[in-house]
Amino acid sequence: MAERLSPLAGFEPVSAESLRIEEIPFLTQLDVRVDPKSRAAAEIGLALGVPLPTEPGTYASGDCDVLWTGPDEWLVLAPPGAEGLEGRLREACAGAHVGITDVSAQRTAVLVDGPRSRDLLAHGCALDLHPRVFGPGRCAQTVLARAQVVLAAREGDAFMILVRSSFAGYLGAWLLDAAAEHLLD
Amino acid sequence: MLLIPCPWCGPRDEAEFHYGGQAHVAYPADPAALSDEEWARYLFFRDNPKGRFAERWSHTAGCRRWFTLTRDTATGVFESEAGA
Ligand SMILES: [Zn+2]
Repeated sequence: MAERLSPLAGFEPVSAESLRIEEIPFLTQLDVRVDPKSRAAAEIGLALGVPLPTEPGTYASGDCDVLWTGPDEWLVLAPPGAEGLEGRLREACAGAHVGITDVSAQRTAVLVDGPRSRDLLAHGCALDLHPRVFGPGRCAQTVLARAQVVLAAREGDAFMILVRSSFAGYLGAWLLDAAAEHLLD
Repeated sequence: MLLIPCPWCGPRDEAEFHYGGQAHVAYPADPAALSDEEWARYLFFRDNPKGRFAERWSHTAGCRRWFTLTRDTATGVFESEAGA
């Protein structure tokens, strides 16, 4: 059987006191488009176990994470191998005017954690990532080192970066380069 | 660089946006009835004011929505900012 390789399969994780960087490969990712005021949106929320967040730049967490990516668009992140999820969402809103697309292969995830994570990201991201502004539960689509990414703030100093598969190698190399000065002490 | 206030995402760097030119340019009701000159005028001719200008922007690197903002072309200040 063919071995499945993630976009960052060759990436050497960073594990230091100040900084940790590792890929979280093969997340199940679904793009959901639906009118947030519709009955179908509520049904999808019930099926996910998390209501679709309507405040721009936020995400909701339950068994999966549901990220706001537009006024009628969300990105659902579930553990690897959650193949049944797409079908369950379709069933929940059968016949309604919605779009549910599996985009798992579109992006891979990189977790950046540690007390220097904000310093690292600030090298290539113009957003204010201070926890007062961009704390746990906030997400944003923006550019990091000119690559389009989805950023999500986790608890503490952790950030999840979702990057397109074809940009993952570049961004991984950029992160390692930008991390160098934070790994000295 | 301009800091453009996306109605959904808030202020973001200009590099995240695509410019769509003058806003409120209506599509001709009956394009086939236009002369070549009138059609060219619709396609290519735009206002170029010094001052208030309503423009289309798309937040391509963010929420990917199109919207209209009014900007002062002399100062680069967007009206939602000036009023804030
Ligand atoms: Zn936006």
